[in-house]
Amino acid sequence: MKLTLKIWRQENAQTNGKLVTYKLSDLSSDTSFLEMLDVLNEQLAAKGEPAVEFDHDCREGICGQCSLVINGKAHGPEEHYTTCQTHLRSFNDGDTITIEPFRANSFPVIRDLKVDRGAMDRIIQSGGYISSFTGMAPEANSIPIHHDIAESAFDSAACIGCGACIATCKNSSAALFVSAKIGHLAKLPQGQVERNERALWMINAHDEEGFGNCSNTGACAMVCPQEVQLLDITRMNFEYNRAKCLSK
Amino acid sequence: MALNAKIPVGPLKDKWQNYLAKTRIVNPANRKKLDVIVVGGGLSGGGAAASLAELGYNVKVFFFQDSARRSHSVAAQGGVNAAKNYKNDGDNVYRMFYDTIKGGDFRSREANVYRMAEVSANLIDQMVAQGVPFGREYGGYLSNRSFGGVLVSRTFYARGQTGQQLLLATYQAMMKQIKVGKLTQYNRHEILDLVVVDGKARGIIARNLDTGEIKRHAAHAVVFGTGGFGKIFYLSTLAMNSNGSANWRAHKKGAYFANPSWTQIHPTALPQSGEHQSKLTLMSESLRNDGRIWVPKNKDDDRAPGNIPDEDRDYYLERRYPAFGNLVPRDVASRAAKERMDAGHGVGPLKNAVYLDFKTAIERLGEDTIKERYGNLFTMYEKITAINAYKEPMKISPAAHFSMGGLWVDYELQTTIPGLFAVGEANFADHGANRLGANSLLQASVDGNFILPNTISNYLADEIRTGTISTETKEFEEAEKTVKNQVAKLLAIKGTMPVDQIHRRLGKIMFKEVAMSRNEKGMIWAIEEIKKLRKEFWENAAIPGNENGPNSELEKAGRLADYLEIAELMTVDALDRKESCGAHFREDYQTEEGEAMRDDKNYMYSAAWEWQNGESWKLHKESLEFTEVTPTVRSYK
Repeated sequence: MKLTLKIWRQENAQTNGKLVTYKLSDLSSDTSFLEMLDVLNEQLAAKGEPAVEFDHDCREGICGQCSLVINGKAHGPEEHYTTCQTHLRSFNDGDTITIEPFRANSFPVIRDLKVDRGAMDRIIQSGGYISSFTGMAPEANSIPIHHDIAESAFDSAACIGCGACIATCKNSSAALFVSAKIGHLAKLPQGQVERNERALWMINAHDEEGFGNCSNTGACAMVCPQEVQLLDITRMNFEYNRAKCLSK
Repeated sequence: MALNAKIPVGPLKDKWQNYLAKTRIVNPANRKKLDVIVVGGGLSGGGAAASLAELGYNVKVFFFQDSARRSHSVAAQGGVNAAKNYKNDGDNVYRMFYDTIKGGDFRSREANVYRMAEVSANLIDQMVAQGVPFGREYGGYLSNRSFGGVLVSRTFYARGQTGQQLLLATYQAMMKQIKVGKLTQYNRHEILDLVVVDGKARGIIARNLDTGEIKRHAAHAVVFGTGGFGKIFYLSTLAMNSNGSANWRAHKKGAYFANPSWTQIHPTALPQSGEHQSKLTLMSESLRNDGRIWVPKNKDDDRAPGNIPDEDRDYYLERRYPAFGNLVPRDVASRAAKERMDAGHGVGPLKNAVYLDFKTAIERLGEDTIKERYGNLFTMYEKITAINAYKEPMKISPAAHFSMGGLWVDYELQTTIPGLFAVGEANFADHGANRLGANSLLQASVDGNFILPNTISNYLADEIRTGTISTETKEFEEAEKTVKNQVAKLLAIKGTMPVDQIHRRLGKIMFKEVAMSRNEKGMIWAIEEIKKLRKEFWENAAIPGNENGPNSELEKAGRLADYLEIAELMTVDALDRKESCGAHFREDYQTEEGEAMRDDKNYMYSAAWEWQNGESWKLHKESLEFTEVTPTVRSYK
């Protein structure tokens, strides 16, 4: 395959970026999208030119580190894939492909296609946990949990924290991300004690980090690699209102 | 220095309790005077960081990912073992200990393995309390599955994302400690050296991968939860940035490296399909619970797998190992696959795979049950290969996976450098020559959460009067200078050979000669090739850009420079051990049936290698004594 790539190059958050064109040929359709960038970077290295910086690690769709917007779509053309699982077979020979970073006000560009997603860590810090310190736990089977509840909690817990939902949202809202954690822990009996504070704290942290509000278009759920459900956002709103009603 | 494993006295089952009863602890008021650096934010490092912070120590945690939630523990799929005996199938601590010792081919330290089994149940309690959504039965109680190398069901799982769920619980515990101010995280930071002052580990030199800034960080003790170095093979199941550099730099500062050549080659990864491939994705071993492995009996059989009738299929694991069948341990399964592929029965365009078939299981249990058990794995398989594994068998192949070897540690998980501890895959102690499935998440978690916090106090108890460790000493200055010189040296090469290309070549040498099957001639050749490649790297590596900011090629080059040295030690270790055990299979030491032939008389030891100024290594032997078990020929027939 032959491809023309228009790649976002930006020195850092303080400078302006621009799209730079590169051409690649002799690519196999079985090559993954990130392996294609490896090929490009090898060619640049051989010429002594700085690599295109992009985030990636596990390359099997679970770590959430890869974060590209491909032809305007977070993670690329296939629904519910991560960037690393995208292969060139999803494109046509001769295509021109635009590659940009995950964009949001709360995701400053570090360089090129790398962005700082520390805001997501800080939202979890605000309350996305159960405060059970090492050594405190009771015998595991002393808390029976209905099979379906555990499965439903898992569906929310499956979020890989990649931020595609945020990069996709026209408001740069992190509602799907936040709701997945609130949903995961609110569904489980272990999460009940801190349930109210968690909802209030996490949603406040979300707003303080500068993420936008949710207007329920559902674009986030369309790109989510783990298929976290839009219903979690509804649950989050319920949790928030419930917590407000119950708070002193 | 003579090795002292510091194994507590008393019967095996009482050792840990005896240790806990007598070890020194630090007064809570004094803990806040003590600083601990943890390198690595995964299950072992993150677990240690959170647990130590909860105890009241001041903890700094360093990792190269943008968030600790992305540490490579995230990728473990199948499950975590614990001796809960929820299935009433005869499981107990002793049986779990025995399975692990036997699985490791009697090359692990008895006391450590017993302790891991002993505390395994606590881990499940802890993870449930923290909100891990483990699989459940319809009555609401925890569900279990079985895994390779055992005859009971002791594996707890959260679909095929168990590692992710355990890691998220650990990550969330860390985030809580950040909120309360006991833990500071340094994400996108890479350790470049360990600093040793007066014989004690006192800090690290780390590079901020975003700004390029190189800084000194001091502490009373340093904990490495830095994982394995299987990425040395280039093509592996590991994350792209996983590396062996922290361990290697510590090795050069005096930490002995134990059994470095023992790499687990995982039997169920996706086969390589092309030259530019960067990664061999793992398909969880749990699939072998319901999948049957086979190749065509006729090596020229080019029919689609669905058109090959049962009588023309060779279910070679079921044939060779009727007792364990498809659930033999990983080393046995990988070698058996290699044997069939070498004999020409491999499948796929490159003849480098075998079939893993779910037809029988789907007929028996229905597609819905299989989907619930492994749904995400089937989805992942389809995303990568465009093949629907509900309709046709998966193609799988062996791939480099887990480092059983690592930094030598004593019973307290302390390396040969006082004050430097190693937890999880970074150390060597628990898995012997072959790790059992679902013991990796277990070891990482219990090391970090339950063992290290109780052993490090014995060391820190002597540090309460030390006061803050200064970074303004000649040792820190020298370490910083060495690190900066190396960065400058790499950037000055300005060659034409991209780093990944050199790494691929190293990987090919290692996978050919120091992986599933080894022989003397091949390894002597490998050492020469590694040396040549190392020379070529330092003369001709193409490392563009500068050190003042993100530079992924520079990062890769630093790691590869270390791999090119680790590779030599791995080969030296494999050459020295003239026996076959577990994953270490020497062609020159095998039975007539092609099984591994151990030599307990001469090799019943762990090999701990001491760095000698780059000239050679000195071997120290920790002899293994078995008081509760009798080493037998490991048979899964």
